[in-house]
Amino acid sequence: MRHKDELGKRGEALAARYLEDAGLRIIDRNWRCTLGEIDLVAVDGATLVVVEVKTRSSEAYGHPLEAITPGKLERLYLLASRWARAHDLRFSGFRVDAVAIVDGGVEEPVIEHLRAVS
Amino acid sequence: MPLGRSYAVSLVGLNGYIVEVESDIGQTLPAFVLLGLPDASLSEARERIRAAARNAGLPLTRRKITVNLVPASLPKRGSGFDLAIVMSALAAAGDVRNCGRTVFLSELGLDGRLRPIRGVLPAVMAAVDAGFTSVVVSSGNAAEAALVPSAEVRSYDSLAEVALAFGADPACVALPAPQLSEASARADQPGAVVIPKDMSDVAGQSEARFAVEVAAAGAHNLMMVGPPGAGKTMLAERLPGILPDLTDKQAMEVTAIHSLGNSEFCRELQRRPPFESPHHTASAASIIGGGSGIPRPGAASRAHRGVLFLDEAPEYQRRILDALREPLESGELVLHRAAGTATYPARFQLILAANPCPCGQATGKGIGCNCSAQQRRRYFDRMSAPLLDRVDLQLAVHRVALQDFSGTAAADTSAAVATRVAAARAAQHERLSKWELSTNAEVPAPLLHNDLRLTRKATVSVDKKIEKAAITKRGYDRVLRVAWTIADLAGRSSPNADDVTTALLFRTQEEPA
Repeated sequence: MRHKDELGKRGEALAARYLEDAGLRIIDRNWRCTLGEIDLVAVDGATLVVVEVKTRSSEAYGHPLEAITPGKLERLYLLASRWARAHDLRFSGFRVDAVAIVDGGVEEPVIEHLRAVS
Repeated sequence: MPLGRSYAVSLVGLNGYIVEVESDIGQTLPAFVLLGLPDASLSEARERIRAAARNAGLPLTRRKITVNLVPASLPKRGSGFDLAIVMSALAAAGDVRNCGRTVFLSELGLDGRLRPIRGVLPAVMAAVDAGFTSVVVSSGNAAEAALVPSAEVRSYDSLAEVALAFGADPACVALPAPQLSEASARADQPGAVVIPKDMSDVAGQSEARFAVEVAAAGAHNLMMVGPPGAGKTMLAERLPGILPDLTDKQAMEVTAIHSLGNSEFCRELQRRPPFESPHHTASAASIIGGGSGIPRPGAASRAHRGVLFLDEAPEYQRRILDALREPLESGELVLHRAAGTATYPARFQLILAANPCPCGQATGKGIGCNCSAQQRRRYFDRMSAPLLDRVDLQLAVHRVALQDFSGTAAADTSAAVATRVAAARAAQHERLSKWELSTNAEVPAPLLHNDLRLTRKATVSVDKKIEKAAITKRGYDRVLRVAWTIADLAGRSSPNADDVTTALLFRTQEEPA
């Protein structure tokens, strides 16, 4: 497995734990369809939460949050409704969260969680 | 509450308006949104600010920054808002403390250095008028900003220094390496030796020299008609040298206009009257003022309180010459464009020079001139009668004869003439100050015929002209104004018959050859 994929996997695991500590319930991981992939699917109360996790080993090429483009966000909103339809579940609403992790491997990773990004 | 606030100034012409720069930080993906009618160069501020802040050691927050320039309806242009925007954004993020009522006027370089901007003088004047006395500028603008009395000016070289002054963490900020500023680099170079232009350089031409002296003393407009090489341009260039120094208020006006221009940054008040001589191929926008967006001042405004010299006047586009009639009366130019209206002062002294005919040889007996009568007429018709009506002194300049520049006594120097001019100006001030006028050229016609009425004996020569309908009423008034100036130069308390006759000679020589 290549280093960047390994880093991404580790980041997603870290993010899942972080979100569960924050009170969200993770109900799916790495769900794929023709449109793309959702890193984490969670439920916050009655709200469906689609989470995009970005992990980087340093900020040398920009902060992970800066890598989430408007196009990506738009796709995540579409993916949220696709996921709900595919699983035939209904929610009072849905939102997209972003989790940024900077993990250099030496120090404790820095995790930032943004709710309802737009 | 993550809200930052700072202030800047938006200039519309010479009028400045305080702009409040407010920043909000939203808890969402990184973005930088700039609201409030920014133009293209101001929109580029986003990229400059991001780089400058990072290189100053204070990277902008990784959230959504929304910057709003209030009032949103006022169009804003240029790069002078950079520092205000970054300070507002840093204050919102808590990197620096609240900036209070401080006005920031500077552009940012990518390395975080502050760069000087245009129009600092009028901007600081506007800020002080609006009650914002604390101003931060770049070091290059420090001298100019300090010209405004009662402004508390602080100047810095870099964003890092400004941030430190507003309570940034000294451990974070990165001061850029010192570098020789442009101004000090230029100061080290020896300037070219300027040969002063002195009245004594003009050979002969005693009559024309006197006319220039009268023009200077009474602030009259002057037209000189003569063959090429007679010295018209020389005389015109020497007029600013015999005009008195500008008063504090006038110097402020002149320096403010020059602050908007493209010349060097102002270091001190401009005390000497400016001299502008646009070429006759110049466009209307360059002389009157104009350009895209908010109109910029033209040569007529840059000549404010000084001399606007139009050499080869009939060669100018007629509409440009006619556009000068309005500022000649009102002393200002109001420029209306879709993007806004700008008012620039333009109280200049107009000096026109013209050849007597298209080939320039129709002087004296006109030997050697091969222009037809119609060509000559058409040549002068390009200068409209209403324009010429505003020119008090109209003078024929003849070729210099040999005896004029060989062996005769040296002519008066500019310093000697300037002394006489200053005395004449003082006399005018004493006589006219109760009507809030300062020069004879400004005296309105009713005043000439009531409080300043001359005796019938003094005006006999010009009365005869008006009886014969050889002169208009407006022309009559102008003769009287010039007569007053001639009397002031001679130290008389009011013009006598000779002064009026001399003034009349300057008026009726308008027909060339």
